[in-house]
Amino acid sequence: MATTLTTEQRRSIGSRLERKQRSLWGDALRRLLRNRAAVVGLAVIGFAAFVAVFAGVLAPYDPIAQDPPKQLMEPIWTKAFGGKYTDPAFLLGSDALGRDMLSRLMYGSRIGLVVGFVPVTIIFFIGMSVGMLAGYLGGWVDNFLMRLTDVIYAFPDLLFVIIIVAMLRSTSAGDVMGGLLVIFVGIAVVNWVGLARLVRGQVLSIKHREFVEAARAVGASPIWIMTRHIFPNILAPVIVSVAFAIPGALLTEATLSFIGIGIKPPTPSLGTMIADGFVVFSTTPWPVLLPALCISVLLLAFTFVGDGLRDALDPRSST
Amino acid sequence: MAQQLLEVTDLHTQFFTRDGVVRAVDGVTFEVAAGETLGIVGESGCGKSVTALSLMRLIPVPPGKIVKGSIMFDGADVLKMDDDEVRGIRGNNIAMIFQDPMTSLNPVLTISRQISEALELHLKMDKSEARKRTIELLDLVGIPSAKKRVDDYPHQFSGGMRQRVMIAMALSCNPKLILADEPTTALDVTIQAQILDLLKNLAREFRTAFILITHDLGVVAGMTQRIHVMYGGKIVEKADTAELFANPKMPYTWGLLRSIPRLDERRKAKLVPIEGLPPDLIAPPPGCRFEPRCQYRREICREKEPELEHIPNSKPDHEARCWGTQQGGWLVDTDWHKEVGDTRVIEEIKQEVAQLPPEPKPGDVPPPPTAI
Repeated sequence: MATTLTTEQRRSIGSRLERKQRSLWGDALRRLLRNRAAVVGLAVIGFAAFVAVFAGVLAPYDPIAQDPPKQLMEPIWTKAFGGKYTDPAFLLGSDALGRDMLSRLMYGSRIGLVVGFVPVTIIFFIGMSVGMLAGYLGGWVDNFLMRLTDVIYAFPDLLFVIIIVAMLRSTSAGDVMGGLLVIFVGIAVVNWVGLARLVRGQVLSIKHREFVEAARAVGASPIWIMTRHIFPNILAPVIVSVAFAIPGALLTEATLSFIGIGIKPPTPSLGTMIADGFVVFSTTPWPVLLPALCISVLLLAFTFVGDGLRDALDPRSST
Repeated sequence: MAQQLLEVTDLHTQFFTRDGVVRAVDGVTFEVAAGETLGIVGESGCGKSVTALSLMRLIPVPPGKIVKGSIMFDGADVLKMDDDEVRGIRGNNIAMIFQDPMTSLNPVLTISRQISEALELHLKMDKSEARKRTIELLDLVGIPSAKKRVDDYPHQFSGGMRQRVMIAMALSCNPKLILADEPTTALDVTIQAQILDLLKNLAREFRTAFILITHDLGVVAGMTQRIHVMYGGKIVEKADTAELFANPKMPYTWGLLRSIPRLDERRKAKLVPIEGLPPDLIAPPPGCRFEPRCQYRREICREKEPELEHIPNSKPDHEARCWGTQQGGWLVDTDWHKEVGDTRVIEEIKQEVAQLPPEPKPGDVPPPPTAI
């Protein structure tokens, strides 16, 4: 039997059928937030960022103030297991010079996050511009830029960073921001190549799509096409790659500091703390374990977020 | 002759490929008056699309190059402009509707951003003005509840609606000329009819000149004032639409007309395909381009290429490139409905094709170059 609907009913059905506006990025965000590991990662990073930003307020002590009688205190929870060398004033204990571990970790994570984000921002700009120009313009520009990339790519990563940092350390640039600038430069110079290659490949696959030709047909200039049409199309893999580059940079800084060419002491960095802790490792493992744990947790958090982003931005590839 | 909107003279566009020089457009001359609708018809790979792209200087360079000719648009030669001037014309004075609406819209940008692109580029509108105009345009091309849908993404639109969006984009700056390159090929038949209707109404309403490029004679029949038939990079027949269908004067056109069903013909009429393959545009036949496939051919067709000339027994502006139908030719009085030419020649051509080594369609316009 045929049923007839009143206008009223029709309208109500229509409003129920109407979908909520969803943007591409909104969808991606929703998928990211549904991923539990990524949310945990984000929470950890958020917490670390909060601590790093407010280290000056939160830290109970000056991270470089020494308190010789209170050397090598162990974290207070060891008291429960019969530890004798604890002091309620030092929640996480102290290092060989009697510096408060908690304060040092807070300041160390500040350095760690700065080194995680700043060079990656530089990498993003260099890699993006080089990859875009090479991919879109093609021809000799492409050849020149890609050969340059190949040359840099040919060096072993860490060794190259060490060479650059060691070289620049002794110059006047080495003292800017406690040696941070040199580390930024070193990490950025070595690591933009991967992103540039990724971007170039993506641009090559996008630039022959018809909508690019359609954009040319409405009179768009190459810059306009690159920024408005190609950029948003390649952003997803780029974001994922950047998310994975952050822990890489963080780890590189820790490595450099560990071998003694990173942050200049006494500024605390997670890497220098581990290096310092090794001297007294046979007495107490905590000065090594605590910063190492911090690094691991941060790396894991970034990796979770990176994984989550990859799944969120490219739903087809998720299994 | 009155001032034409577009005058293309002796246009040669070539692609320099590894296998040789592909003469995709080989000396094409035509003109379009303001407000006129011109159809360019021909099979795949005969140079229709390359002609259209050449008009806007959108041929990818390299490997393509416009080696000769002039394109006078509104009194200025498009080929002599610098890049900035050409960009000022694209979208603004000459717009293009692409073949495949599924791939011609950027999947990550909203409809409103894509339509307002030309408005911002050429008319220097600000965001809110452009948005208002975008909604007007979507209304104009028949998108229901345009206001709600401007912020949708292309994937939320159906094929026919996307083609409407493409048309809205083309119309956005009130261009004087719109190139529609197979605007309905990717759509199903009912949508095709709607889109053609829309184009027809818009052409009438805005007095915009159209160049409608298609391989489908049915599409141009109801739309255009004049039709040019292209074959192998050249125009082989020019006539106004009614004349072309009533009194075609080139064996290739006959072949095209025989190969499509007609409602007004007797039911039992068989569809006759054109035997053979389109010419290899790297090494085209020395004489008439159609000679290898023509069942009316004679010795002269192989030796010398005919010019595009006025045809006896036809309207004054009817021209064709055929020795047979030109003054004193052997086909002047031929009734193409009844005389199908030499059937032995058809058999010969069939055999030739059967003996060809299997290879990807020779003579096809090279696919758009992919960077290596």
